[in-house]
Amino acid sequence: MYPADLKYTKDHEWIKIQGDGTALVGITHYAQDALGDVVFVDLPEVGDQLTHGDEFGTVESVKTVSELFAPISGAVTELNASLTDHPEYVNEDPYGKGWMLKLQISGAAQADLLDATAYEALVGSESH
Amino acid sequence: MSLRSREPLIFDRSVPGKVGLDLPKLDVPLPKDTRPAHLKRTSFDALPSCSEPDVIRHFTKLSLWNYGLDQGMYPLGSCTMKHNPRLNEKVAAIPGFADSHPMAPDATVQGNLALIYTLQEWLKEITGLAGVTLQPSAGAAGELTGVMLIRAYHVSRGGKRRVILIPDSAHGTNPATAAMAGYDVVDVASAADGTVSFEDITDAVTGRVKKGLLSVIAEYKEDIAGLMVTNPNTLGIFEHRIDEICKRIHEVGGLVYMDGANMNALVGVARPGDFGIDAMHMNLHKTMSTPHGGGGPGAGPVLCTAALEPFLPKPVVVRDTVKVGEGEVPHHTYRWNWDRPQSIGKVHTYFGNFGMLVRALTYCLSHGGDGLRDATLRAIVNANYIRKELEGIYNLPIKTATMHEVVFNDANQTKNDVSTLDIAKRLIDYGFHPPTIYFPTIVHGSLMIEPTESESKEELDAFIDAMKLIAKESEENPDLLHQAPVTAPLRRMDETTAARKPVLRWTKAPV
Repeated sequence: MYPADLKYTKDHEWIKIQGDGTALVGITHYAQDALGDVVFVDLPEVGDQLTHGDEFGTVESVKTVSELFAPISGAVTELNASLTDHPEYVNEDPYGKGWMLKLQISGAAQADLLDATAYEALVGSESH
Repeated sequence: MSLRSREPLIFDRSVPGKVGLDLPKLDVPLPKDTRPAHLKRTSFDALPSCSEPDVIRHFTKLSLWNYGLDQGMYPLGSCTMKHNPRLNEKVAAIPGFADSHPMAPDATVQGNLALIYTLQEWLKEITGLAGVTLQPSAGAAGELTGVMLIRAYHVSRGGKRRVILIPDSAHGTNPATAAMAGYDVVDVASAADGTVSFEDITDAVTGRVKKGLLSVIAEYKEDIAGLMVTNPNTLGIFEHRIDEICKRIHEVGGLVYMDGANMNALVGVARPGDFGIDAMHMNLHKTMSTPHGGGGPGAGPVLCTAALEPFLPKPVVVRDTVKVGEGEVPHHTYRWNWDRPQSIGKVHTYFGNFGMLVRALTYCLSHGGDGLRDATLRAIVNANYIRKELEGIYNLPIKTATMHEVVFNDANQTKNDVSTLDIAKRLIDYGFHPPTIYFPTIVHGSLMIEPTESESKEELDAFIDAMKLIAKESEENPDLLHQAPVTAPLRRMDETTAARKPVLRWTKAPV
């Protein structure tokens, strides 16, 4: 459910920090389950500068629309274009085919990122 | 259900060569075809070939699947599906109203102009506002008109304000309206009691801070063109600090627009003009019982203060009083006034949907002031009766007292894997139209019920019984709810595929 090699945010995004100074971002299993079937993902453009904590897009399901928040600061270098035609990848494979964007990290990783154990404890406690 | 409850598309009933009407053979020469080639179709296969009985059976069958207020309760929260009195229809069908032409000279349609003028006076009295236009064709059109008035007002004073504030409980049309009118939208947080928060709200889990009214005003100050607020709001809660909200916005020179979608909870009880609203719309198809139709035609009159009045769409009806002798009843004549240099222009062809105005005035006159107030109070009592009867069985996420509608959610049912959607679909099996679901979005899994004043205690009890039964089923046999509806002509729709891969046009199947 929550791979150990990822970091998590309290807003239910995951981030995979890679050795080359880039990171992949998506939403967690818990988030996709709570949202229900995802029908549209609205992402920023390549080159946009994201600031840690700022809203960078929205994900729309049959039930609701939710904002996405940047887990870390950085410039967008790549978007998962396949989500345009296959938003269901977010539900089916949130950590794989459902990744949303790639960032060139600027500055240090934020201290508020959670590891898998801490995140699992958080979503266990969050009733909805 | 009938033996053949499935009904194909009319296109699938088509058989080449079938016709509904036999035309006689052409006995005159065809005129020369002068149509330019590029304007002509090259293929033409999109009209079904059906006989008259085919067509009648197809559409009659579809009409029997329809569900409307004439069949039963339609508790769609925020939509105010109230009874359409037949008297309204009878009056609207009077030939002088129904058959008059909008371009007829004023002198020949004095009755129609008097009707428009009289309705305007009623709406001004009901809302406590000085100016009115009846042109906008429904709520969203009214919102856009109202925000354009606010914009015209600021522009006339040389202002360059660029921001509209909107509480996060708002109808989606509010931010859409503000954006369409050229403004940036800034969210205002809701407090735990469901009303606009003055203070910042910190999310307990994420630690994320949502700004309340005071800090948003402090941040944007003279950049604020206005605030759009729904009152009672989409949770059915009266914004009890509305006068204070208006005062704060006015202090920085902004104006307050009220989304009047829930005005049916205020008519005869409270007047927006008295609590500080500068402009608002009313949905005549909600508050004044005109039909919703198949999405129209509607009417969404906009009311405003004297300061905004010069910017109203043109023309407006004016009344001239003909001088008479002492002791005689004064005589009035009516005319359209087009001479309004500051007007934002027209927002509808001619004068709006006149037929709706006839129905609305009929509703006002047949109720009288006391009757309108009585309808408001009954709508509030009905919603609170449902609230009291279902409280505890269904979770009330926000406990604040509500007015004409009540928002529950599925928190008591999720442990049995039953969701709001399942509850709504099961209601169809019990013969009720489902309430509004998953709106307002600030409540998880919301189920928003608005019975209106039209329902009797017996009908409310039947609805309450159905809701109680569904709660019991969710404990004992949740699978029943997952499969619902089971008695409808079509079962559970695949909403996901409909949203992801919508098929919006019929196309001929490849041979």
